[in-house]
Amino acid sequence: MEPLERVKSKTVVIASTNIDTDQIIPARFLTTTTKDGLGRQLFADWRYLADGAPNPDFILNRPEAAGCRVLVAGRNFGCGSSREHAPWALLDYGIRAVISTEIADIFKNNALKNGLLPITVDGATAKWLMDNPGAEVDIDLVAARVTLPNGAATAFSIEAFARHCLLHGIDELGYLRSKLDLIESYEAARRW
Amino acid sequence: MGARTLFDKVWTAHEVVPETADTPAVLYVDLHLIHEVTSPQAFSVLKSLDLRVRRPDRTLATMDHSTPTVSDQVFGKIPIKVDAAAKQVRQLESNAAEFGVELFDMRDARRGIVHVISPELGCTQPGMTIVCGDSHTSTHGAFGALAFGIGTTEVGHVFATQCLLQRKPKTFAVNVEGELRPGVTAKDLILHIIGRIGVSGGTGHVLEYRGSTIRALSMDERMTICNMSIEAGARAGMVAPDETTFEYLKGKPRAPQGAEWNAAVARWRALCSDPDARFDASVDIDASTLEPMITYGTNPGMVMPLGGAIPEITGNAVYDKALGYMGFHGGEVMLGKPVDVVFIGSCTNGRLADLTAAAGILKGRKVAAGVKLLIVPGSQQVKRAAEELGLAQIFKDAGADWRESGCSMCLGMNGDTVGAGQYSVSTSNRNFEGRQGVGARTLLVSPLTAAATAVRGRIADPREFS
Repeated sequence: MEPLERVKSKTVVIASTNIDTDQIIPARFLTTTTKDGLGRQLFADWRYLADGAPNPDFILNRPEAAGCRVLVAGRNFGCGSSREHAPWALLDYGIRAVISTEIADIFKNNALKNGLLPITVDGATAKWLMDNPGAEVDIDLVAARVTLPNGAATAFSIEAFARHCLLHGIDELGYLRSKLDLIESYEAARRW
Repeated sequence: MGARTLFDKVWTAHEVVPETADTPAVLYVDLHLIHEVTSPQAFSVLKSLDLRVRRPDRTLATMDHSTPTVSDQVFGKIPIKVDAAAKQVRQLESNAAEFGVELFDMRDARRGIVHVISPELGCTQPGMTIVCGDSHTSTHGAFGALAFGIGTTEVGHVFATQCLLQRKPKTFAVNVEGELRPGVTAKDLILHIIGRIGVSGGTGHVLEYRGSTIRALSMDERMTICNMSIEAGARAGMVAPDETTFEYLKGKPRAPQGAEWNAAVARWRALCSDPDARFDASVDIDASTLEPMITYGTNPGMVMPLGGAIPEITGNAVYDKALGYMGFHGGEVMLGKPVDVVFIGSCTNGRLADLTAAAGILKGRKVAAGVKLLIVPGSQQVKRAAEELGLAQIFKDAGADWRESGCSMCLGMNGDTVGAGQYSVSTSNRNFEGRQGVGARTLLVSPLTAAATAVRGRIADPREFS
């Protein structure tokens, strides 16, 4: 994984709360056996009309969304299924960070393992972002801080080890495998 | 050592390396369940790194999510209709063979929904850590296991190391007291709990369901409760094991046998929260006043008593969008609304007790004209038992479509879908937009309410049939 220190981008806002992973990528697209190309199906049922044409009312189909790498969403983003296809689809589309007041546990884990930043902010910051779609935000992973174009900066919390791995491009599996001797000792000591 | 919760005891016993401020815990996994949809990319990682599955003896594979439920497709008389699903099935067959993982394939009499077969085989046991690339892995917590869903990257981690990197979650006591009234089921109870604490009320927590109501539930009912923990945002839900648990497991093929059984039960008896254990959060539920429940919106927290009216909320765009999708408006009464499809099945309500409950209402009755009733057993073993007990005949006589096991219409991956705009009264776990098919409108209920609705052709109260 490439080291990641900063995401600087305009935002795209989807204000709905409880955006579940079935909306991010519907189950019928999970019949793939690779991670590739899932961006086409991101938010498929909101993004495309019944005949497959883009829904002109959906924000990702509007010109102002082009090139946006930060998604601002309502509370409890990513709830529901454990499908890692959700962060894969967001990343393949070009999103590098999701900002919300609350992000579901499994989605958050999956996002961190793929270099998609799940950023949880306070209600006031979230409201400002909701009210100012397209704002240029600067997410600094080194300082764990997001800076708004009005100069206001907000710290966000991120699991320390995941942050370390993202900053240095470290694969967590490599770290886990470095503990194999301890894992073997644990297995040997187990009495059941 | 101070007083500890059930969760604390199971967690601590599986810490290979405890967490620090800088690093998460290395947590040992006793049982890794896999299926065809969330494993292919993890096997690909193993292949690219030239790694093996470290503990195939702790890994169990089945096929459930995208598999057909039509007998001729299941048993190979005709090809699997969904090409991509057929490819996933073939890929899991070849991956399981290459990596030495035990697989219950399409023809295996033990195949079924992953969260149904592991308990019925006795693989799921108290005190275990159990993971699977599926959020409803929380089901296994009914046995006092710590069981939670993981993503595909983590599936790869478990393949390669039998461990996961995890931060210790907080604990949340759900205290339930009182006797459930006739016609009110475990499904109604968990829907009520989700409505009470909210769809993200359990985020960051492991729920422990406690109290006299929970103690009185069967294992099938406890699994229904724990299954939907994730719909309250909690990755895991647990119930302390007791005589009901031991009775269920005794004699199951993969449960400990003989002297090992006695030793295991002795060990399992210690798996409960100490009397003065402290939880990070708690809620008290009075089960004695509950009614059958039904969802009216597009997440499981948008739930109401079956006999009530849809709440009226003004100035909430999310509520408006959900009701717009459902074709409902605030203040409407739910009983009597016509439906198109009734689905009985899923890892929430696809076990024998669920089918028995539905059969009690369907016996000697017919599915209403114009309504499709699809009944999909949770496993091939449940299917066989339902056939031996005469339940399947009751279903067929009523006009239901009786299928082979699988996830089926819960998520509509295999072609079993609900049409756009149609109303589906379903015993599954998610009423998200499009969950059962593009534009499908899902109302979550118990198997009793589903069966009553199928007979009436309109949303109906099962207590009318008692």
